[in-house]
Amino acid sequence: MNPEAVVLLEAAGIEKSFPGVRALSGVSLRVRAGRLVALLGENGAGKSTLMNILSGVFPPDAGTITLDGRPVRFSRPLDAQAQGIGIVFQELSLIPHLSVAENVYLGREPRTVTGLIDYRRLNADTAAVLARLDLKVEPTALIADLRVGQQQLVEIARAVSADARVLILDEPTSSLSSHEVQVLFSVIADLKKRGVGLIYITHKFDELAHICDDVTIFRDGRVVGEALFADLTRESIVRLMAGRESKELFQKAPAQLGEEILKGEALSLPGEGVGRPFLVDQVSLSLRRGEVLGIFGLVGAGRTELLETLFGLHPNRATGTIYIEGNLVKFGSPADAIAAGLALAPEDRKRDGLVLPMSVAANASLASLERTLRGGFVSETRETAYVTPYIERFRVKTPSLDQLIVNLSGGNQQKVILAKWLATDPKILLLDEPTRGIDVNAKREIYAFIDELARLGLGLIVVSSELPEILALADRVLVMCEGRKTAELTRAEATPERVLHAALPDLVASAAC
Amino acid sequence: MNSSKSAAFFARFRSLLALALMVLALSLLSDHFLTADNGWNILRQISVNLCLSIGMTLVILSGGIDLSVGAILALAGAVAAGLLKNGMGLPGLNVVLQFTTMGAILAGIIVGGGLGWANGFAITRFQLPPFVATLGMLSIARGLTMLWTGGFPLTGLGDDFGRLGTGAFLGMPMPVWIMLALTAIFVVVTKRMRFGRHLYAVGGNERAARLTGLNVGRIKIAVYTLAGALAGVAGLIVTARLDSAQPNAGLGYELDSIAAVVIGGTSLSGGRGSVMGTVLGCLIIGVLNNGLFLLNVSPFWQQVVKGLVILLAVALDKMNARGRDS
Repeated sequence: MNPEAVVLLEAAGIEKSFPGVRALSGVSLRVRAGRLVALLGENGAGKSTLMNILSGVFPPDAGTITLDGRPVRFSRPLDAQAQGIGIVFQELSLIPHLSVAENVYLGREPRTVTGLIDYRRLNADTAAVLARLDLKVEPTALIADLRVGQQQLVEIARAVSADARVLILDEPTSSLSSHEVQVLFSVIADLKKRGVGLIYITHKFDELAHICDDVTIFRDGRVVGEALFADLTRESIVRLMAGRESKELFQKAPAQLGEEILKGEALSLPGEGVGRPFLVDQVSLSLRRGEVLGIFGLVGAGRTELLETLFGLHPNRATGTIYIEGNLVKFGSPADAIAAGLALAPEDRKRDGLVLPMSVAANASLASLERTLRGGFVSETRETAYVTPYIERFRVKTPSLDQLIVNLSGGNQQKVILAKWLATDPKILLLDEPTRGIDVNAKREIYAFIDELARLGLGLIVVSSELPEILALADRVLVMCEGRKTAELTRAEATPERVLHAALPDLVASAAC
Repeated sequence: MNSSKSAAFFARFRSLLALALMVLALSLLSDHFLTADNGWNILRQISVNLCLSIGMTLVILSGGIDLSVGAILALAGAVAAGLLKNGMGLPGLNVVLQFTTMGAILAGIIVGGGLGWANGFAITRFQLPPFVATLGMLSIARGLTMLWTGGFPLTGLGDDFGRLGTGAFLGMPMPVWIMLALTAIFVVVTKRMRFGRHLYAVGGNERAARLTGLNVGRIKIAVYTLAGALAGVAGLIVTARLDSAQPNAGLGYELDSIAAVVIGGTSLSGGRGSVMGTVLGCLIIGVLNNGLFLLNVSPFWQQVVKGLVILLAVALDKMNARGRDS
């Protein structure tokens, strides 16, 4: 833990511009052997751009990168890999129809003497790496069959297995459960002991205390602060990041509960093919007007599947009964659920939430297009007039409504999704990981919106794998583990210990005995 | 080039520029190119491809592909011609239904739409990849055409029907009228109607479209039905122009229409592109074929040049997309 440890990787005076945007201006960064440097900064501050440059995805416009004191130039990711720089991207970059092992060793497959892939060794080596990460999946399982959190761990396994000397982790914990996060931290500690230098990008301050040695803070494409983590306080970090005084992240207003608006009884969803027989197993829940119901659980606990079941996405497989405002409903498709007043903001925004080639306005109006018609035709004037109040209400930062949605930051994309659903005038809002990969300011805004919507009389269900988020937002917490409901706690009862206790599978199993 | 509108504008502008340069070059190289007669000639020649290509644009925008349009064209033309000429004997009854010209035309369009619907049904209900479903339909429709015609052309269809291909109204050839009308209709459908917006959404992100409550299956079935019906219209034009339904009509036309759509800037991965782009794509192919013919370039070389143009158009589009992404 020597602050003067040898510098492995140094970037100096890095400049990078994209059409219309200066992403990085004169940025420098040092990575020392056996130490972890955390990069902090709001979304769009330039952290990911710098990581793309360091890992050879694209070259800088100006500036130098030195590795072990020698200047290096990466023209493609393979060059950086060959020099011992590994990266775990924020966006998953796995090949869905290859197995876990084939992904982990992609491009580095062990060969037999005949030049064919040595599958025995490939799977054995992968099993060893997976064991190190405490990831209980078969090396031969297909990536497509894994949950997002498990996929993220596979991505980490790939980087760890490459024996990188410098390892870049770009928000590696954004979809990991707290148990998985602990495992990752012990792997990080182990890597540090072996002299690996780490770069770690995160929005979660709580993680830093466990792993962080140095801090570099970005704002608007510049480095605005460099310090030892021990010398910083949370306040000083937030002040440097935002360039303004931080307030308390979020203060929930007291809930005003109305009558029951949603009731689900014995909801079950059988698994498809192998694995557990039930993804959702006899879960009952109830939601009142003005209430925020938090659903907590580890990755794979069935939280997403529960929301999907409520939203009519598995009409042929799911069983159980759903009542909306006391009336029995049967949803044959999401369209039925929407007509009944439900809305779902999915966990994976790019895959399930947004139509990336379309504009902000078209995405925002997609669920309520019938309200923008004039004489049967889509009227652009009417569309603009209809979505503008929602876009403004959620303070979406976009140059114009015609902007392609793909050009917005994650936080703003999420706000557009919220705007889209609010425009349908829903009664019940289902939010799956609403702040995944979103910076701290946008997060605070989204918390405030959730609170505001509850006060307006909507019922909200928020699924999250961030315990502080659930505890801050929810009036009631439903904990799931392996498809079953393992606890239901009021806001007062929901302490971190109790919630976690109910979420961990081993504890549940022993409690059942 | 940040907003969707300006990006679309530049994409269109690039094709327009290419077209203008070709017209300019050909006018300088050949005395026969820039004449009114030749202009009508080109428009008449592209009318069939444009009918197919409008349908193909819808299919590709939705994220699919339709390989069966050429075969459907042949069957629709043959059915219309057969009904017009011989009527239809009802099995078991000693009755032969006679068809008027209008009836035969409608029957051709219905046959096309019906086979297109079958494509959509197979794709949505049985989850067949569009490539496979329409490849199967290609073979089925081609085979049915042979069965219906016995492998021989059906000729002598009468002047009324022939007018569809060779007639003119207010000095403009009928096929050109049809082509303009369809273009206008489908520009409005794709840009101004709810169905069009939903089509872009399904092609842009099918999962998101489904989670937004769109009836993805119904939209896809409608798209393939329209593509089939438009192939039917194209079949009628071809048959009427030749006064003959050839069992081998439309062979390989699906590839020409895919080429026109792609040159027109519509992305094969769906969700990006436009009918107007496809019109430009058809014009570029039409002008190219016509110009090379006028310059006495061998038809074999014409194919080579057409292939190069397709590659160039898509390469430019990719470069443009890369500029947008970063």
